[in-house]
Amino acid sequence: MNLLPLRLGLILGLLGGLAACGGCTSARLARVHPWQRAALADYTMRPDRDPVAVALSDHIYQSRETASGGRGVGGSGCGCN
Amino acid sequence: MLLPTRIVAAALLAAAVPTARAELKPGDPFPALEASGLAGGRAPHLAGRVVLVDFWASWCGPCRASFPAYAKLQGDYAARGLLIVAVSVDQDPAAFAAFRQRYQPPFVTVLDRAQHLVCEVDVPAMPTCYLLGRDHRVRFVHRGFHGAETERELRREIDLLLAEAPPPS
Repeated sequence: MNLLPLRLGLILGLLGGLAACGGCTSARLARVHPWQRAALADYTMRPDRDPVAVALSDHIYQSRETASGGRGVGGSGCGCN
Repeated sequence: MLLPTRIVAAALLAAAVPTARAELKPGDPFPALEASGLAGGRAPHLAGRVVLVDFWASWCGPCRASFPAYAKLQGDYAARGLLIVAVSVDQDPAAFAAFRQRYQPPFVTVLDRAQHLVCEVDVPAMPTCYLLGRDHRVRFVHRGFHGAETERELRREIDLLLAEAPPPS
C-alpha cells in the first residue's frame, strides 16, 4: 500500500494547522502590555458610564426577561433571601 | 519518510512559539535611568544606594493607592539612604503633571513618555516596583500593590537591604 499520499496529506494538514494557529500565538498579534492600558482604563470604556442608558437597558431587559433586578440582585427571585 | 515528517513538524512548532520577553527578576541588573530618556526631572544617580523603582500611571487606581505608602517609606527611610524613584508610563505629559500637582509626592517622579524603560524592564503588571540593592541589581519585585501587606513586605526588605554593606568599589 502506498502511504505517500497519506503522509503528504498529513504534512500539508500540519502546515495548514500551524499557519492557522501560529497567528494566535504570535507575539506580533496585538498584545496589550500592562503599560499600554491607558485607553482601556479610560472612563469612556466603562459600560455603566451613562446612568440613563443603563437604566433604559435594565428596563428593557427586565421587561423582556421578566427578571426585575436580574442584572445586579443576588438570588433567583424566589423571595427566600 | 516518518523521520523527515517529524523533523519538519518540530521545526514548524519551534517557529510558531513566540520567543518570550525576559522580565527582570531578582539578580538581574536594572537598566540605567540616566540613559532612558526620562523627562519630568533629572534622573537621580543610583549607584551605591538602595533604590525603590516604581512604575505607575495616572490612569491606574492601585498606583494611586500606593503613593501614600511610598510617601511614608520615604519619610521613614530617606535619611537612612533609601531612594524612591517613581517612573510614570503616561504618554500624556499633562496627565502626569496634573497627577503630580494633585498628589505632591515627596519622592522623585519622572516620566517615561516614550515608554522605552518600561518596555525594556517589561513590567508584568501596573504597578510594579523593584527594590534594587546597592549593587544596582534587582533584589525584590512587587507585582501590583496590595495595601498594608505590600507595605509591610517592603519595610522588611528595605531594612534588609539597608543593613547590607556597600559593594567594594
